[in-house]
Amino acid sequence: MSITSTLERRVSMKHGGGGRAMRSLIGDVFARGFAEPKNGTGLAAMDDGATIKINDRQWLVVTTDSHVIQPLFFPGGDIGRLSVSGTVNDLAMMGATEAAGLTCSVIIEDGFSIEMLERIHESMVATCIEAGTTIVTGDTKVMGRGEIDGIVINTSGVAVTKRVVRDNGLRAGDVIIVTGTIGDHGMAIMAARHNLGLDGDLHSDVAPINSLIAAALNDDVVAMKDPTRGGVASALNEMATKSNVGIIVDEPFVPILDSVRAASEIIGIDPLQVANEGKALLGVHPHSAQAVLTALRAHPLGRNAAIIGRCISEYTGSVILDTGYGRRLLVESDGEPLPRIC
Amino acid sequence: MSTSAERLEFRNVATVRELAQRLEDLTDRPMAVMHVCGSHEQAIARFGLRAVFPKDLDVIMGPGCPVCVTDLPEVDEAVVLARQGVHIASYGDMLRVPGTVQSLTDAQSDGAKIHVVYSPRQAVDLAREMPDEQVVFFASGFETTAVATAAVIVDPDLPDNFSVLSAHKYIPPVMEIVAEMPQTRVEGFLAAGHAATITGWGIFEKFVERHKLPVVVAGFEPADILAGLVELVTLVRDRTPRVVNTFPRCVTKEGNLPAQRELWRVFRTIGGQWRGIAHIPNGNLRLRDEWAHVDARERFPIDLTTLWDYAPPRLAADCICGDIMSGIASPNDCKLFGNACVPDTPVGACMVSTEGTCRIWQQYGGRPNLGNVAPPPPAARGGVA
Repeated sequence: MSITSTLERRVSMKHGGGGRAMRSLIGDVFARGFAEPKNGTGLAAMDDGATIKINDRQWLVVTTDSHVIQPLFFPGGDIGRLSVSGTVNDLAMMGATEAAGLTCSVIIEDGFSIEMLERIHESMVATCIEAGTTIVTGDTKVMGRGEIDGIVINTSGVAVTKRVVRDNGLRAGDVIIVTGTIGDHGMAIMAARHNLGLDGDLHSDVAPINSLIAAALNDDVVAMKDPTRGGVASALNEMATKSNVGIIVDEPFVPILDSVRAASEIIGIDPLQVANEGKALLGVHPHSAQAVLTALRAHPLGRNAAIIGRCISEYTGSVILDTGYGRRLLVESDGEPLPRIC
Repeated sequence: MSTSAERLEFRNVATVRELAQRLEDLTDRPMAVMHVCGSHEQAIARFGLRAVFPKDLDVIMGPGCPVCVTDLPEVDEAVVLARQGVHIASYGDMLRVPGTVQSLTDAQSDGAKIHVVYSPRQAVDLAREMPDEQVVFFASGFETTAVATAAVIVDPDLPDNFSVLSAHKYIPPVMEIVAEMPQTRVEGFLAAGHAATITGWGIFEKFVERHKLPVVVAGFEPADILAGLVELVTLVRDRTPRVVNTFPRCVTKEGNLPAQRELWRVFRTIGGQWRGIAHIPNGNLRLRDEWAHVDARERFPIDLTTLWDYAPPRLAADCICGDIMSGIASPNDCKLFGNACVPDTPVGACMVSTEGTCRIWQQYGGRPNLGNVAPPPPAARGGVA
């Protein structure tokens, strides 16, 4: 074993955390040299997906997502459900709530159980039906034992929409709505992964939410983002920076399940900084906020939707959390949050 | 949605606001007090309390983060062990603490076997699952967490392949050092409720007698912290140095006697360097000789010179973590803070742990004055249940 990591630039786990580190890796390495599409948005925008204008009335939305997760089967879901939901939701976040079709590429480790593969497949079929879409093409590769950890699933999705919603459309005065309780997925995974013995009440929220978004979407919804890796903190910071506004979040109004809150207090991890896989953040013009909220709450996946904040013209690029007791910045976490000592 | 947390009296917003107002009224001149607990800083930052502290009241975070004060050679010992192929189990915070050359995370990138555990018991379980491998629990924390380590060490069924590398620290001696620092502005101490649960509040009486500085034992909820500060500022104003326990629901004068017995049965104090602070007499907890068979320092040869071929990080010389943990400087006084030293690539220890002052300031925003942001108009909250 040689000591090199402190001396040369290397990719580390933090680059996969969904926060600043990942965006700087994309900006510094991947996005360089690729031109933007003539009519649309590409890599440089680092949005949930790319858009390409087809004609005066329609946009093609494309997105892709690779899924790795340990454990593969977790309370509330599995990697199959996650891989379909992730891509369907990324399309929905661009305003494209009807996924025309998905692709599915799998890389599997030598020795992987076929029975397990069948369970993952069944879950993908069920989730596609739930999302009103299907898998239209795919690819399979097998790698040697130890060359990959079990299975990696990549899905891509395409959809057509009349109106593109970006993550940079917030204006001062807009209201921030979250579609339900936050932190469910991240806390469930963390409890399962670190054997914290807390998993009884913790369930991932992984679900396709395109029908929920379709039910609430109107012209006053000016920005959307799903708070996946990095959680609400990361998503709101990105939206604030890209939109050049400040955001104030009223913490007492952020819906959090008691079980998630309890687990987060015990292991010292902020539920605002962990992943959600079935939630969205919407920026809405204030006069439509009530209508959007009502529409969300009428849907089974949006019953706990709430207005959690508003945009201001000061503190641009920052998210301020009003805790009810005082105020602080809500910043992005760096890398994967780790349970702390006491 | 109302949550269980809001129903707790210690998180009652009205109570907290009332206490904040009392603190404001009491603080009629510039004052500095120090807390010596990462969990206090964490709670102060987490709940945004610095935005409501009086401008004249400087609440300094002292050397209260056990991860931050873990010294370079202690991290080096763990890194050397890890590079020998031993499995290292430790708390998540410890992984990113910079050593002379590497952190445990760096060693992990190079192939070392590092495991995050949440309790000493989990490290023991790990050893049971891998009977052919050596598992070392790299133990950190103050006397509170040391008790948990002691509890597994005295277990007669401990697997043979398990041992402990203790970086545990003992808090009372460092308060003496800080109180005696010639530049100190500190007029009183807020003591950690959880540590006092073990040691009892009586342990601070001699300290108060010697230094004529008040000590208030406080808990960790927003109301606990503000009530503790109200009491402390009152004692400072009245020039009546004594120990006051504002956390009686957990802390007694004697403390937890069985836990103390277990602690001292396993550990002894020795002097040692606390990173950036000073050599602290009796500040480190090491295993007693009768537990040598569980002591990683006795079981393995640990040759720190194997790391010396590699250049140490170049920025470390500019780091002022020591001054920050001593309460002499704040993160804003450091030219590395937020520039070269960020949670991604920490230079100093205070940026590493979630309990470190710099990390907390970076994470929760110690810099901008958020007290001036206008409260949201009621309309913006309309319709929220």
